[in-house]
Amino acid sequence: MKHTIKELEDIASQIRRDIVRMVHGCQSGHPGGSLGCTDFFTALYFEVLNYKKDFSMDGIGEDLFFLSNGHISPVWYSTLAHAGFFDKSELATFRKLDSRLQGHPTTHEHLPGVRVASGSLGQGMSVAIGAALTKRLNGDNSYVFSLHGDGELQEGQNWEAAMFAPFHKVDHLICTVDYNGQQIDGPTDKVLSLDSLQAKFEAFGWHVINTDGNDMAAIVEGLHYAKTLAGKGKPILNLMSTQMGAGVDYMMGSHKWHGTAPNDEQLATALAQLPETLGDY
Amino acid sequence: MKKYTYTEKKDTRSGFGAGLHEAGKKNENVVALCADLVGSLKMDAFIKDFPERFTQVGIAEANMIGIAAGMTIGGKIPFTGTFANFSTGRVYDQIRQSVAYSNKNVKICASHAGLTLGEDGATHQILEDIGLMKMLPGMVVINPCDYNQTKAATIAIAEYEGPVYLRFGRPVIPVFTDPDQKFEIGKAWMVNEGTDVTIIATGHMVWKAIEAGEKLAELGIDAEIINIHTIKPLDDEAILKSVKKTGCVVTCEEHNKFGGLGESVARLLTTELPTPQEFVATNDTFGESGTPDQLMSKYGLDAVNIVEAVQKVIGRKKA
Repeated sequence: MKHTIKELEDIASQIRRDIVRMVHGCQSGHPGGSLGCTDFFTALYFEVLNYKKDFSMDGIGEDLFFLSNGHISPVWYSTLAHAGFFDKSELATFRKLDSRLQGHPTTHEHLPGVRVASGSLGQGMSVAIGAALTKRLNGDNSYVFSLHGDGELQEGQNWEAAMFAPFHKVDHLICTVDYNGQQIDGPTDKVLSLDSLQAKFEAFGWHVINTDGNDMAAIVEGLHYAKTLAGKGKPILNLMSTQMGAGVDYMMGSHKWHGTAPNDEQLATALAQLPETLGDY
Repeated sequence: MKKYTYTEKKDTRSGFGAGLHEAGKKNENVVALCADLVGSLKMDAFIKDFPERFTQVGIAEANMIGIAAGMTIGGKIPFTGTFANFSTGRVYDQIRQSVAYSNKNVKICASHAGLTLGEDGATHQILEDIGLMKMLPGMVVINPCDYNQTKAATIAIAEYEGPVYLRFGRPVIPVFTDPDQKFEIGKAWMVNEGTDVTIIATGHMVWKAIEAGEKLAELGIDAEIINIHTIKPLDDEAILKSVKKTGCVVTCEEHNKFGGLGESVARLLTTELPTPQEFVATNDTFGESGTPDQLMSKYGLDAVNIVEAVQKVIGRKKA
């Protein structure tokens, strides 16, 4: 462990503060999924991902991460800033004119840490597979991680990718699904049920694990465990249960805060629940 | 009229296959992907010599484009292969976000473009792909005219850093360009110097333009013929220089008149040098089943159509 669980939880608390402040600052963006995945991002970047401080697009000899559900950019941007990819003061520019922190992540403005644009859903698994294939050709044994929304799995391209990866034994690939059961128009069970994702991915030939994405110790352990499963001929799917809006009581458990910004009063309420641990940007 | 002859006919897709094999030999980072059309795309030689650098994706074009985008990360130069229809319209958003906007070094190689795909009919005969691809910021769009030019273009795009759309076709057509040509992206090729009209042609229409030029010479019309193989970036300089001399222009393409080469030329001329122009292109229509020759004739893409367009545009110049 590079950090104690308490240290990781403190980082996550600061990232959650950043998320609600960023979304409040531009009165737009997606706090719900960002908050739900904060513990995952913290565990990934501060404990699991083997990355180089100097960002290079090619990422030779380092683990890569792809965010497929690009709308939860606030959590990624804050995580990247705290991990040292750019100065945290830049978080104040989120979604504003001339910013590198676009509404959805892009490479167009050359933000360190981002290797492909995402936002139009369902494309990230294919991209992650491609990056893993190149690592294999290069004899590079590092890992490729990706994150996907559960609602996003309604996009058909995911299932093309899901069929491809086991057949081609892409086994240094660890895809995580943010299994919060919510999407813009309501619960996934009401909009278009995903039914059993575990059974679906297992039927496609994946090694599926289940983690609690809002328990720091559990998600750290889960991601480390996922790494031990790599190199055995199967891609790994981490079915990660989360609460949309985790950490801010009034945002939790509902799709209402998928893409809504808090007002001044709501921001104050949220910040009161999230201790400032590393200093606000 | 300069004399062009040929000793054999070949398909441009075979030029792609030969070029891909050559590019693969020159650069070990060149990789290829295909969506279940290896034979149609003539990728066999590459696959035989570089099996580990080839990925069969199956009938899943969206996944293929995404994988290609991902493969650039770490230094590979992916060439994707499928029909033009499935290389563009079917995967437009994947190309837009994961390739063009992300500025990935992917070469989208598209066979069976246009009417000359023939008997399969309109579901497969895309006539909108040039327009779709040229609208994407940063995308290079190339439509070579014969086997040799397609081979040279394929080798050249491997050496260019950035997304490229390479369009070629199914039928065998005369091989009339230099087998040792150096292909320069964005540089027009002067096929024939003339003074009365500028004929600008791309792809399969270049040979038709040469045939038209010979007929026009018999009628006493001295046609300048320019091959624009790179529709984007357009060789503005070559076009303007020619049109200044001739005063009128006919554009020829196996594509819808909306969104194609003709409109790119018209945009240039409208802003720089307003000039009478006629379009030899399909007229806002889908194709249908038939032989390539029958279809080119029915939809107005023959040498005779170019001759008529030239006579018309010269008349407008004089009026």
